[in-house]
Amino acid sequence: MSTILKTEKLDVSEEQHIVAVRQAVRRLALEIKLSLVDQTKIVTAASELARNLLIYGGGGEVILRTLSAGIRHGLKVEFIDEGPGIEDLELALRDGFTSGGGMGLGLGGAKRLVNEFEIDSAPGRGTRIGITRWK
Amino acid sequence: MDRIPILTMGQFLLVTIQVDMHDRLAMALQDDLTTRITTSRAKGVLIDISSLEIVDSFIGRMLGNISSMARVLGAEAVVVGMQPAVAITLVELGLSLDGVHTALDVEKGMQLLRRYIGAEFEESLSDVDDPEN
Repeated sequence: MSTILKTEKLDVSEEQHIVAVRQAVRRLALEIKLSLVDQTKIVTAASELARNLLIYGGGGEVILRTLSAGIRHGLKVEFIDEGPGIEDLELALRDGFTSGGGMGLGLGGAKRLVNEFEIDSAPGRGTRIGITRWK
Repeated sequence: MDRIPILTMGQFLLVTIQVDMHDRLAMALQDDLTTRITTSRAKGVLIDISSLEIVDSFIGRMLGNISSMARVLGAEAVVVGMQPAVAITLVELGLSLDGVHTALDVEKGMQLLRRYIGAEFEESLSDVDDPEN
């Protein structure tokens, strides 16, 4: 099991907040000494998901946690909204699928950039997505 | 609202992105560049992204749009200086920047642009990347 070292919360309700999420993820990724490539991957995944949160979820909250599991350190970022939710999760995770004006790379692409990816969503219940990158 | 500066260098436009762009800033750059291509009758656009720490699908799409719009307006765009970590992430994300010309650095990018517009050029261009890829 992993223990939480540090928790930070960010509100995402306008477009500039996506940049704030990227910067917070970068700062914490540096703190746990992720490699440059791994930093770039989780920052990019977070950028995609923060934008989804705003566009599809109508805004919400991002929770960042640095984790420790034995000698390993990790960074987990959660994206929580109370928007319309996702009807077909399998379809939404497929490459090329988009319900909005995006490129359809958001979910599937973000999933490929991290070690762990959790998603919990249902119509009318909002969406919670968690991504974790371990060192 | 802040804007990303566009420099004119002969028949080329030069853009260096040095800030973490929010989406509206990226959209503004797209608009400004297309306007400037028309007003300055530029033949080439060089976009230096060596300071960019990430390229996500939004910025990727903007780079693709700029390339397409430039082409429609009779100019060519080249994106230069992508950091290796950004390139790795971009490909894993699923973005291949189809239709966007890229070069390793500003110098290689300028060579590529000169070749595209068929300018008189004495130097050997044999080491320039294939523009089709």
